[in-house]
Amino acid sequence: MLTSVLIAVAVLLGLAALFGGLLGYAAERFRVEGNPIVEQIDALLPQTQCGQCGYPGCRPYAEAIASGDAINKCPPGGEATIHALADLLDVEPQPLDAEHGAAQAKRVAVIREDECIGCTKCIQACPVDAILGAAKHMHTVIESECTGCDLCVEPCPVDCIDMVEIQPDIRGWHWDKPTPAQRLQIIASDRQGATA
Amino acid sequence: MAFVKLSSPHAQGARRTSQVMQWVILATLPGLLAQTLFFGWGNLINVVFCVALAVAAEALILKLRGKPVGFYLNDYSAVVTGLLLGLALPPLAPWWIPVVAVFTAVVLAKQLYGGLGSNPFNPAMVGYALVLISFPVAMTTNWAAPEGLTAAPGFLETLSIIFAGQQVAPDTFTMATPLDVYKHEISASLASDVRQLPMFGDWVARGWEWVNLAFLAGGLLLLWLKIITWHIPVSMLGALAFMSLLFGWNPDLYTPLSLHLLAGATMLGAFFIATDPVSAATSRIGKLWYGAGIGVLIYLIRTWGSYPDAVAFAVLLMNFAVPFIDYYTQPRTYGHSKARRGAPGKNG
Amino acid sequence: MRPVYAFHGGIHPPENKQQSTSQPIRFAGLPQRLIIPLQQHAGAPAQPLVSPGQHVLKGELIGEPQGKISAAIHAPTSGTIDSIALLPVAHPSGMSDWCITLIPDGKDTWAPRHPVADFRQLEREELLERVRYAGIVGLGGGGFPTEIKLHPPLHDNVETLILNGAECEPYITADDMLMRERAEEIVRGMEIMAFILRPQTCLIGIEDNKPEAITALRKAVEGTRIEVVVVPTKYPSGGEKQLVKLLTDIEIPHGHIPADVGVMCQNVGTALAVYRAIRHGEPLISRITTLTGDALAEPGNFETLIGTPVRYLLEQAGVDYGATRRLIKGGPMMGFTLETPDVPVVKTTNCLIAATAEEFPDPAPEQPCIRCGQCAEACPMDLLPQQLFWFARAQEFDKAEHFNLFDCIECGACAYVCPSSIPLVQYYRYAKGEMREQLADTLKSDRARQRFEARQARLEREQAEKEAKRKARAEAAAKAQAEKASTPVDERAAKAAAVQAALARKGMTTPEAPAPALPDRAELQAQLDKAQEKLAKMQQALDDARNSNSDQVEKLERAVAKNQERVLQAEQALQAAKPAATPAPERQPDLTELQAQLDKAREKLAKMQQALDDARSNNPAQVEKLERAVAKNQERVANAEAALNIAQAPAASATAAEVPDLPTLRDQLDKARNKLAIMEQALADADAPEQVEKLQRAVAKNRERVALAEQALEQAKSTATSE
Ligand code: SF4
Ligand code: SF4
Repeated sequence: MLTSVLIAVAVLLGLAALFGGLLGYAAERFRVEGNPIVEQIDALLPQTQCGQCGYPGCRPYAEAIASGDAINKCPPGGEATIHALADLLDVEPQPLDAEHGAAQAKRVAVIREDECIGCTKCIQACPVDAILGAAKHMHTVIESECTGCDLCVEPCPVDCIDMVEIQPDIRGWHWDKPTPAQRLQIIASDRQGATA
Repeated sequence: MAFVKLSSPHAQGARRTSQVMQWVILATLPGLLAQTLFFGWGNLINVVFCVALAVAAEALILKLRGKPVGFYLNDYSAVVTGLLLGLALPPLAPWWIPVVAVFTAVVLAKQLYGGLGSNPFNPAMVGYALVLISFPVAMTTNWAAPEGLTAAPGFLETLSIIFAGQQVAPDTFTMATPLDVYKHEISASLASDVRQLPMFGDWVARGWEWVNLAFLAGGLLLLWLKIITWHIPVSMLGALAFMSLLFGWNPDLYTPLSLHLLAGATMLGAFFIATDPVSAATSRIGKLWYGAGIGVLIYLIRTWGSYPDAVAFAVLLMNFAVPFIDYYTQPRTYGHSKARRGAPGKNG
Repeated sequence: MRPVYAFHGGIHPPENKQQSTSQPIRFAGLPQRLIIPLQQHAGAPAQPLVSPGQHVLKGELIGEPQGKISAAIHAPTSGTIDSIALLPVAHPSGMSDWCITLIPDGKDTWAPRHPVADFRQLEREELLERVRYAGIVGLGGGGFPTEIKLHPPLHDNVETLILNGAECEPYITADDMLMRERAEEIVRGMEIMAFILRPQTCLIGIEDNKPEAITALRKAVEGTRIEVVVVPTKYPSGGEKQLVKLLTDIEIPHGHIPADVGVMCQNVGTALAVYRAIRHGEPLISRITTLTGDALAEPGNFETLIGTPVRYLLEQAGVDYGATRRLIKGGPMMGFTLETPDVPVVKTTNCLIAATAEEFPDPAPEQPCIRCGQCAEACPMDLLPQQLFWFARAQEFDKAEHFNLFDCIECGACAYVCPSSIPLVQYYRYAKGEMREQLADTLKSDRARQRFEARQARLEREQAEKEAKRKARAEAAAKAQAEKASTPVDERAAKAAAVQAALARKGMTTPEAPAPALPDRAELQAQLDKAQEKLAKMQQALDDARNSNSDQVEKLERAVAKNQERVLQAEQALQAAKPAATPAPERQPDLTELQAQLDKAREKLAKMQQALDDARSNNPAQVEKLERAVAKNQERVANAEAALNIAQAPAASATAAEVPDLPTLRDQLDKARNKLAIMEQALADADAPEQVEKLQRAVAKNRERVALAEQALEQAKSTATSE
């Protein structure tokens, strides 16, 4: 009786030791060199640097998220970013916090160049140095670098900066996700057309 | 003028889901006919009853879920679920057994998972397994005896047995299945003696052999129509045969291969149940593993388990294994040196 | 006989080819206008070389290849360039693109051509250059520039050259008819390609449903080393990867081009275009297009000029637009729908199908996937289409990619067989498009991050530099201060001390007073002065900067603003301190002492002023310094006055016996006004800018002083009357 108990205990201990060792080895052997979490979060943020989240840029917000701030404060990123963040951090995705603005179509800043007085104020405001110009000379936005953050609009003393929605381009076009409604709609709208 | 804007392909193959299901239904008819011929009205009544129940249950749930009822009923999947249950349940089981089985199948196993296509388990088999576990006696004793062995109940009498709870003494019209009987008898006697029992008839098992052959014929029709592929039936029957030859080669100790193949729900399972695409493995190699798993499990449960037939449990157990099988049996894509495994890691 | 291998999957859709093969190839004719898109090929659009109004000849280069992967475009006939504008093009999106519009003059005059009788006389490079400038692209549908394709990477030897005549898509018969009618030229074109590439084996792959074409080709290849290989009809055997597998049993590895494994595929139409370009010097200005579909009265194949409007072309085949439900560019498996016939034919337009609703019924609503696996059975790439579909629908793109989404050739076999009518291919296109977009976004956001961080670093660096400079300046100032402190000139501290002492004394004499924490007015005043001084300095610097147009203006402005604020604050604090001090009635400032100080300060100021005046007339170098000294002293005087005023006021209110020294105050006020007047006069006279600036400052100060004096007078008056 006693021996069988002893055997059982010994076996269990032995197994525990064995698997402990295995796990320890595996942990060493297959260690994943993960990015620090802030880097990973920052990589998911859209890098618009607009500050709508209430932080002076994406990285500060990434740091804030890492230390527990909500993940739904980034309007330029929208749902997609929230989902990616929720995935990364293993939390429930939340709807976008309306306090920080609504998700918008992608935009770029365009300076109406004949109105620009060359005051350099927008250059100071641009978080990604996407505006070219010198004092008293016309300024212009490098469109490919503009993140559409809006930050240059406010400082312009003559209000010559417009935010322009990026128009769909034939080369960037792709098919939409099919929706059952879309197919039925084709049929329905067509019926209408046929009767009209 | 503006023409429609649609993504390619513009041509469409002829076969729709509803047609697939209709063919499946059609292919079960020989089996149903054989059942009715050899075992009386029970199965036919069961089938009609189960199909009606299944369609009603599906319509109800679709209505509750706010889905277009007509659109989804049109895929005939509820009909197939009811049909399979009707074919598989003991013909003379009291009416509440089909009711429980069908509602479990349609409501719990199918719609609660999101309806057709989203159910991880074969709905009919979930319903079947549930009643088998819950009402083991009713489920093992209410098999109709093959025609000619006992007095056969007429159509109305069958109805009253099923629906009015008309009590019949055991062995008046019903008896256990040959698989069940052989397994019990062989422990005490020799194969030659057991085979003398009238229920085994002249060849394999009276009535059952024809039912199974009829289902086999229906299955071959599906194969020919390319509605199912050969992988699951062949690997399942092959594995069952292999196990039987390996362990049960001695008919004096174990149920012989012929009974395994042609008694019980083997053929129905192989061609109509295991091949249910929704809950089966997807790739060809996966299907082979999946079928083989079912075959092995059927043998194990029939031989060493306490249930006389095992198709339902075997299929359900392998349903559990499907994600795992799919994970390891992705085909090698053209241009890749080897198949990819599993899903991407977060860091990879 | 060469063995034919097999590829996985594939389907057998109804072929529907006989409709368009009953008639020989016809010429489509010359439309009213030709619309030639700048981009008809993979890669970068061509660069237009013509301008509206210009007359061009047939075959003249009107658009030049731009960048490495691009193709030239030519005038398909002679005529006048009408415009270069955004016009609708044949694209699944239905969007517009840049097109050159040409109005034919009907003469069809050729530009000079440079035919080469024997291509073997030319260098390979020369041949390639001619192919490039003939604007030849893959005519099978891909539109990849042929010259680039014929330029395989140097280390890859093309061992097998394959001509693709499989034409597996239903309905399309353009290649079939071409092979029937122009097999000879196709074979010659292949010889040119073989001359360029020097392969060991030359094969023409063709499906067994084209017996006439097979016969014609077999005849044409007699006496050459080209082999015609017949493959069984199965869609998509004409896919490049599938055909390579069929003919050579080689799979093109993922992420590689066929040349990497020693194989190259060219379309039969491309071979013909190469032949015409070299032998006759004709650029690619027309192609064979199949017109078919039940809505056409006379389906068939047409030799069509590039740029011909689809509407015109369909009319040649007797289109019934009323019966047309779907207009498809390309085949029924991979083509895309056109929403309008007002788009031009381009180099890759191999087929146009005007289909009736019966021919291609509208798709049935999508049903749930039943995992039937039919799609996986049909997929020629051996993918798991149903898994790709699940992931694409759930937007789990990384998983879709892991399941090799990007190996999908969008052949449509899976969607064709799917019993649930799921638009699988559209899901894949959507997923691929989204992923490409995401990739572009990631690249862009990475760049934005880099730029942001670079800017951040730059700002920090600038900040640090400024900090360092300020520190240096502060140190220098401190040193100067220390030196000054050792001289007896600076009396401010002493004066402040005196005021404080006076206050303290007062506090001591009235110990019962609540003695609130009185703000040290003197100190406040000192702060204010300092702030004002700094402000002035800043303003000075700012003005300088403005004049010299330096980029520091902005910074200085900010600094000025900050200092203005500081001054304001100091003033406020001072103001706050003043009323707190005045109502203390018991306080008896040591008036005499203050008066003495004031006198002393005035005296000194007068002296300074004197010196300044002297200097102005004699010693200009010293003016500046003196001015500063004068200013300082003026300030000091003002301070002393203020202190005195403050001291006087409570004294006056405290004792009725003591008559407020009104006349003195009035006197002071008058004096201050006088001075102000003088200053203003000087300001009006002055013309040097620095001087103006300085004088302005002085005036301002004096105004202040006057105001102060007035205030003091008022106060004194009011206390006097209230007594
Ligand atoms: S063919 Fe359609 S229903 Fe069948 S598995 Fe593929 S996607 Fe699903
Ligand atoms: S479209 Fe893509 S997934 Fe579908 S069959 Fe073709 S290659 Fe396979």
